[in-house]
Amino acid sequence: MSKLVGQSIKRKEDPRFVQGKGSYVANLNIAGMAHLALKRSPHAHAKIVSIDTSKAAALPGVIAVFTGQDLIDGGCGKLPCGWNVPNIKVPTRWAIQPVGDKVRHVGDTIAAVVAESRYIAQDALDLIEVEYEVLPASLGAKATVTSGIVIHDDLPDNTSYPWAIGDLPAAEAGLSAADHVVELKDLINTRLIANAMEPRAAAAQWSEMTEEMTLWTTSQNPHPIRLLLSAFTLGIPEHKLRVISPDVGGGFGSKIFHYPEEIITPWIARKLNRPVKWVATRSEASMTDSQGRDHVSTIKVGVKNDGTITAIHISTHADQGAYLSTFAPLIPTALYLTLMTGLYKVPGVYGEVWGTITNTTPVDAYRGAGRPEACYALERAIDVAARKINMDPIALRRKNFIPANEFPYQTPVALQYDSGDYHKLFDKLEEISDYNGLVAKRDAARAAGKLAGIGVVGAIEASGPAPSKVAGALGGAVGFWESAVMRVHPSGKVSLMTGSHSHGQGHETAFAQVVADELGIGVNDVDIVHGDTAKIPFGMGSYGSRSLNVGGSAIVKAGEKVRNKMLKIAAHQLEASESDLVYDRENGRVYVKGAPSKSKAFGELAFAAYTAHNLPDGLEPGMEEQSFYDPANFTFPNSAHIAYVEVDKDTGEVNLQKYYAVDDVGNVVNPMIVEGQIVGGIVQGIGQALYEHGAYDADGQPQTLTFMDYAMPKAQFFPRFEVARTVTPSPHNPLGVKGAGEMGTIAATPAVANAVMDAIAPLGVEHIELPLTPQRIWKAINKI
Amino acid sequence: MFPANFDYYRAGSLAEAVDLLQKNPGAKVLAGGHSLVPAMKLRVAGPSALVDIGRIADLKGISLANGQLTIGALTTHAEVANSPLVKDNCGVLAQAAGQIGDQMIRNRGTIGGSLAHADPAADYPTVIRAVGAMITVFGPNGLRMINADSFFTDLFSTALADGEIITSVTVAAQDASTRGSYYKIPHPASGYAVVGACAIVSQADGVCSSVSVTVGGATANPVRCAGVESALIGKAANEANIAAAAAKTDESVNATMGDQYASSEYRNHLAAVAVKRALMAASA
Ligand SMILES: Cc1cc2nc3c(=O)[nH]c(=O)nc-3n(C[C@H](O)[C@H](O)[C@H](O)COP(=O)(O)OP(=O)(O)OC[C@H]3O[C@@H](n4cnc5c(N)ncnc54)[C@H](O)[C@@H]3O)c2cc1C
Repeated sequence: MSKLVGQSIKRKEDPRFVQGKGSYVANLNIAGMAHLALKRSPHAHAKIVSIDTSKAAALPGVIAVFTGQDLIDGGCGKLPCGWNVPNIKVPTRWAIQPVGDKVRHVGDTIAAVVAESRYIAQDALDLIEVEYEVLPASLGAKATVTSGIVIHDDLPDNTSYPWAIGDLPAAEAGLSAADHVVELKDLINTRLIANAMEPRAAAAQWSEMTEEMTLWTTSQNPHPIRLLLSAFTLGIPEHKLRVISPDVGGGFGSKIFHYPEEIITPWIARKLNRPVKWVATRSEASMTDSQGRDHVSTIKVGVKNDGTITAIHISTHADQGAYLSTFAPLIPTALYLTLMTGLYKVPGVYGEVWGTITNTTPVDAYRGAGRPEACYALERAIDVAARKINMDPIALRRKNFIPANEFPYQTPVALQYDSGDYHKLFDKLEEISDYNGLVAKRDAARAAGKLAGIGVVGAIEASGPAPSKVAGALGGAVGFWESAVMRVHPSGKVSLMTGSHSHGQGHETAFAQVVADELGIGVNDVDIVHGDTAKIPFGMGSYGSRSLNVGGSAIVKAGEKVRNKMLKIAAHQLEASESDLVYDRENGRVYVKGAPSKSKAFGELAFAAYTAHNLPDGLEPGMEEQSFYDPANFTFPNSAHIAYVEVDKDTGEVNLQKYYAVDDVGNVVNPMIVEGQIVGGIVQGIGQALYEHGAYDADGQPQTLTFMDYAMPKAQFFPRFEVARTVTPSPHNPLGVKGAGEMGTIAATPAVANAVMDAIAPLGVEHIELPLTPQRIWKAINKI
Repeated sequence: MFPANFDYYRAGSLAEAVDLLQKNPGAKVLAGGHSLVPAMKLRVAGPSALVDIGRIADLKGISLANGQLTIGALTTHAEVANSPLVKDNCGVLAQAAGQIGDQMIRNRGTIGGSLAHADPAADYPTVIRAVGAMITVFGPNGLRMINADSFFTDLFSTALADGEIITSVTVAAQDASTRGSYYKIPHPASGYAVVGACAIVSQADGVCSSVSVTVGGATANPVRCAGVESALIGKAANEANIAAAAAKTDESVNATMGDQYASSEYRNHLAAVAVKRALMAASA
């Protein structure tokens, strides 16, 4: 029936992006705009004894200098945590740390300079004199608990919360029933820097007469940011505050959260009654954007000699950084331990986590958010288990799959998987990778003296967090529904206002395909409107691979309402009963069953709705419908990936030669966009496996503040990725879609790690930590 | 990423550039800007003024005369990489230039700028030493030539005196009996060399008649590996002999550079690997 959904339509937004004509916050120039720069702490942990801003303030071109106390006295509140698990202690965090308080990570903010130019502001930063009492830094997700260094007075053991799920006795029983228990001790899930292409930015304009504030910010979710600003941090009422996220150049999670600069910038704009703009430098982004991962875990997996997994037990310390970023506690709890059973039926499961505080940049959601951490720990352990019992890694996984006929499947760790067919997934993987051929290739390479390895992964994702009432029960301060307003204009063109936010994903195209098919109109007859609280209904934004399955479902519901209203008008005008009419979604018209020539076109009906000359009695004029869609459940995309690597014996360098991925993301609206998401995700996942690491030295100094040191994966590092799909629709959303944004990232890290470990296993190496840099591999294989 | 204030001058001639440098203490020459400008944006460098030499025609171009290949200081990495004259007469320079940074860097960065900057992780310095280039400079006291062996003096330091500008680099054209190769182990973040080795091998009567080997990236400036060279001279360029010679890399390379990504110990090891691979390629 559908004609646009399922097609690889070229992205409507790309002409402006590829020509450099997007409109980003940094491009914004308002007459009289002043420039804001922020003084950042050079220390990981220090008491702010005093600040002298007089020299900076005296520099010609400097308009004002503000410190933390100015903002507190001016009514700015503490940054709230939006996910409060039971027994959590939330450390105090100000937009700018005041004198007498402390800085707690390199990059913590201590003063704000406003100047006529960005250059002058930068000069003035160097003139601010700060007296610090430098304190030792407490570092390490696990080590911080016993460091004896108190970062926040009310958290003496640097622990914000404990959290646990599962059945401990069952897990222990499972482990004792196993023939082998594989244990990976203090397994590290590396800290990553998201590095969206566009650094964060904020600009604000105050209208003195109407007392309205407009804030432009690089956010993935402008409405929740407005709510937090209104209710907690800035105090401007919601109806007087407009938040706009225009074109945003990537987020990967790091732009979900409420950041200090979103408070400082509008506060100053109002204080000075001048438009103000702040744009992060790349190094500033590297020290202040919330980062990802950073777990230390000990995982135990019990297996029988026949490959049956009997139990999983995991203990994790999750480094949350110096303060709790907006959703930090959600990631290592409900988005992590609940995914600990992967694709498998495991009788005994128990997981526990401690959210800990260190003198580092805050950590929160980063592409995959919790799920890659779970997948990496589990799939690494399963790989070690397969080697231990000398079983093919795919065979071991197959042995434990949840069978296709047992969906919906209730896992022992709270989630109910909606649908899946994991054997079909792996059948496809074995087919496209010629698995037996690949094994033969590896064995031949080994026989020729090379270090060659194959890494297999089966991965699960929970995408589109849901439903809202469960979010509330788990500590969330937000709901997880999404909104859509479908405005059919009198001429039959459509504006679709969505609460989802596109920061590179292609919503302007994929959502338009959905709208067009709902109504039977062309993709260019629809525009997707997003990212402006003055234009769109309250909506939750984009993260957690939720946009299409939740936001898209809201569109479908709104479309149904539009069609129903159109049917009413058509029934009236065609003098037929509604039940005798057909809404033709191929051609955008309504006709009488059996008499297709008796019909009304979509445009005619739209126009009729607005002239209101001839509507059924009691029907309101106009054609605008809205929906707030609260999903019944997450969706559960799943994937099977294989990597083939050869390791250079002499240098330790990894040569990734082949990569095959099969992903089941349910129905697909735009295959090209999905493939882009999968491949981009794989690259990011391999980044974690081989290259990326947001490292700190023993004093808490970040070591990777520029791209000279932080290794982003680059196109020339990779072979062509062979990607394929299987389709198991989600049964509980109207499009049958599942999230596609994070699957690649989740699966790729362990796939490549497993391949490298397989390559060096013949030399007696069981495990090394990420990232698998040449030096680490060289040391491991030479036992240095 | 906001540099401090500086003055900007565009020099119309070499003499004017030298004059401007003398009149403006703290001024620096601007060539391709791909090392200097990033340093200024990070406020690691803060020259009072820039003297832009980018439009001085005398500093451009590649020529061959009397068996000498001369490359103007302003010649970009891309021009060297793609030059038939360079490929035919000193192919290793083109091969190395083609591995510098990415296409955008190669389109802007210049050979003079790279040598004057003397970055320990740069590629040209290693190759320039192996091929025995002469560097011509012009300054307040006129022209002089500096041997590549004595040009690099320390981290980011050279034998250039105040006010001196590199005008060109000259190497003897190589005949068919000589081959060179540069083997680079790049850093995945920056693309710069963690370690790079350059080998130039001349063969006559089935044995190596002359060998020149250098290693960069491990030490402040590239070093020559005399032990490797002498171990191979007079021997056939086969894998066994090359491996034995490369094993002597540690006689010359004692890494002082080291960081989290690659310790000095690991760089010492990589140096020997890179030397072997460069020699193999130069002997193939
Ligand atoms: C992202 C990136 C990646 C890079 N990767 C590599 C790499 O892989 N390998 C590598 O070798 N390099 C690399 N580079 C450096 C690049 O090759 C630079 O272009 C080069 O080092 C400097 O040349 P330039 O012409 O840009 O010099 P500039 O930046 O203009 O100048 C550099 C210094 O040399 C001085 N100078 C310039 N010209 C002269 C002259 N004629 N006489 C006297 N002094 C002069 C300047 O005053 C300054 O101090 C990279 C650079 C970047 C930005």
